[in-house]
Amino acid sequence: MPGDMLPSEFIVDVDHQRCRRCKRCILNCGFGVFDFQSMTTADSSKCVACHRCVVFCPEEAITITKNPLAFREHSSWEVYLRKNIWKQAQSSGMMLTGMGNDLPWLNVFDHILIDACQVTNPSIDPLREPMELRTYLGRKPDSLEIKADGDGGFDLETKLESNIKLDVPIIFSGMSYGSVSLNTHRALAVAAEKLGTVMNTGEGGLHEELYPYAGNIIVQCASGRFGVHPKYLNAGVAVEIKVGQGAKPGIGGHLPGEKIGREVSGTRMIPVGTDALSPAPHHDIYSIEDLRQLIYALKEATGYKPVSVKIATVHNVAAIASGIARAGADIIYLDGFRGGTGASPAVIRDHVGIPLEIALAVVDQRLREEGIRNWVSIIAAGGIRSSADVAKAIALGADAVGIGTAALIALGCRLCQKCYTGNCSWGIATQRPELTGRLDVDWGAERLVNLVNSWSLELKEVLGALGINAVESLRGNRERLRTLGLDATTSEILDVKPAGR
Amino acid sequence: MDSAGIYYRELNQRVRELIGQGYTEITLDGVNGQRYIADGLEESVSIVINGVPGNDLGAFMDGPMVTVNDNAQDCVGNTMNSGKIVIKGHAGDVLGYGMRGGKIFVRDDVGYRVGIHMKSYKGQVPIIVVGGGAGDFFGEYMAGGVLVLIGLGGEGVPAGDYVGTGMHGGTIFIRGRVPSRQLGREVRVFSLEDDDRTMLEGLLEEFASDTGADTAGVDVGEFVKFRPFSHRPYGNMYVY
Repeated sequence: MPGDMLPSEFIVDVDHQRCRRCKRCILNCGFGVFDFQSMTTADSSKCVACHRCVVFCPEEAITITKNPLAFREHSSWEVYLRKNIWKQAQSSGMMLTGMGNDLPWLNVFDHILIDACQVTNPSIDPLREPMELRTYLGRKPDSLEIKADGDGGFDLETKLESNIKLDVPIIFSGMSYGSVSLNTHRALAVAAEKLGTVMNTGEGGLHEELYPYAGNIIVQCASGRFGVHPKYLNAGVAVEIKVGQGAKPGIGGHLPGEKIGREVSGTRMIPVGTDALSPAPHHDIYSIEDLRQLIYALKEATGYKPVSVKIATVHNVAAIASGIARAGADIIYLDGFRGGTGASPAVIRDHVGIPLEIALAVVDQRLREEGIRNWVSIIAAGGIRSSADVAKAIALGADAVGIGTAALIALGCRLCQKCYTGNCSWGIATQRPELTGRLDVDWGAERLVNLVNSWSLELKEVLGALGINAVESLRGNRERLRTLGLDATTSEILDVKPAGR
Repeated sequence: MDSAGIYYRELNQRVRELIGQGYTEITLDGVNGQRYIADGLEESVSIVINGVPGNDLGAFMDGPMVTVNDNAQDCVGNTMNSGKIVIKGHAGDVLGYGMRGGKIFVRDDVGYRVGIHMKSYKGQVPIIVVGGGAGDFFGEYMAGGVLVLIGLGGEGVPAGDYVGTGMHGGTIFIRGRVPSRQLGREVRVFSLEDDDRTMLEGLLEEFASDTGADTAGVDVGEFVKFRPFSHRPYGNMYVY
């Protein structure tokens, strides 16, 4: 019987008239598609459509097409479901995948429209007038006490909690060194410094070389506690407790031993080649009270730096967020069900959690109702694809947004979703030295800076059109949003009126 | 210093100040539940605690020597990197979670989920020795280091259920037989080798001298050794 009953996903075609046999495709493909026997041959079954060969072929001799092989149409038994069953019948394993949820769930962002000024309340031209994007993350006081200093001036009596200063309301989301390459981390750190924002280490520790970027780094403390020690905890502007991730709420992580080479091993502080297992829960957190205990353990260890708590957006997210705020967190990081991952069982990635947009709206609403919205800043992440999403997320209640997948796409990622194989031809989600060297740090950092700068310009245009001159005035400003094509209940939950109202 | 009635934040601040002033031996009297003592301290100081310290004693600690002349509560040595904690009494749950180096000695019993996800790296091998018994999930998710359960003064099996469940590194030594139904399925039983005996003898001596426990009657030969069958227990669980 045939072992693997699966047809190739893509067809790789080499135009031998154009091919000058330079073999760049062979060198560039991380998945071993190409070979050379008197002429260039391609094994289509290995192709993931990452386009590395296409981009680097000097003769444009390579084309990749979707395998046009016809399957009998069936609206219930979609082809991907049949393919999964064939793979599982062959292996008895769980379907593993990378990047974010790729099923066609309703995308709420695409059903929200932004307002603009016309005639009354004039709009602002951001090219000529100051437009403020600066954002402070962290706890804000309930009230301010001000005392006259007797000299005509005033002194602030209230002691302010330490906050993170961002020049743009966009940060780089946590992606661990191990899941991504060191050059990826380097590019993110360099870009964060240039942009006046922060990158997040993810749970794999921080490579020693990146300690000089302390002012632009949030260090993460996840259930595996990899590479967590006092110097690491103090190596950034804040510490993040990662409870969950949008792509895999409620489950832990397994970084395969293949990705634990010498450098990753040194940073994670575990032996070379062992699986890095992150338990599903933090075993010192089984309750909000326990969470408070860890938050303050981290504050004690860092001289009271802000602590962020990252959760996946699940059904009861509003109540959970309230608990997190009351537990003493300074930042709540909401990771929506479209959030990316280096590896997650597909069943979890594609079916668990709720959309970021809805979670964001209900969390903001709940914290306002309880009068504790100022206790925490909210970072919205997991599905932020454009400056429009940034503006909508902020209007729904976010203080800032986190981008992970968008940042990787800027670095060349083609969303092939094979991060877990460690074969990334773009040198991003890999530890193979011949591949990681491909991602030039300066080139990458420049592209990240360009991306965030262009989104910032666009965000300023949106603010200008709204007649607003500071991003703060957009925060939670749902009156400037309208829904289109959403059912009444969802609009009501979002607390956004339908277009026309 | 007298710690009675002082809020933990102030107490720990004062300990840091004393260390900053050059004190290397600090005694805290009247401790009664204050959390986070020695949290994140990196200096080679000695802290003696009279009274019962609160949760997260020595969390993220990297170097100090802490002695507790009483019982301790939960999360002792949480994610600790190096140093030593000696408890002359009982300790609570989740002791040594994610611990990567140093030693924790507990004279009497410990609670649930002790030594979980301990890991070692290069020269850093975390060691926990418990004089009495332990609750369930002893050494769960263990990735490295050494756990020793002596079971002094008790009868029957000193460990609870799910010993070493999810274990993928490190070694557990328990005195006396543990029925296989109490073991995690990733765990295999081994007999002691000469190196193990030497190490255990050394540890027992150090443990007795630090905690004052009476280990005179303990025969090293009574210990059983548990190791995981694989450092990659879940390697074949996925399909792409």
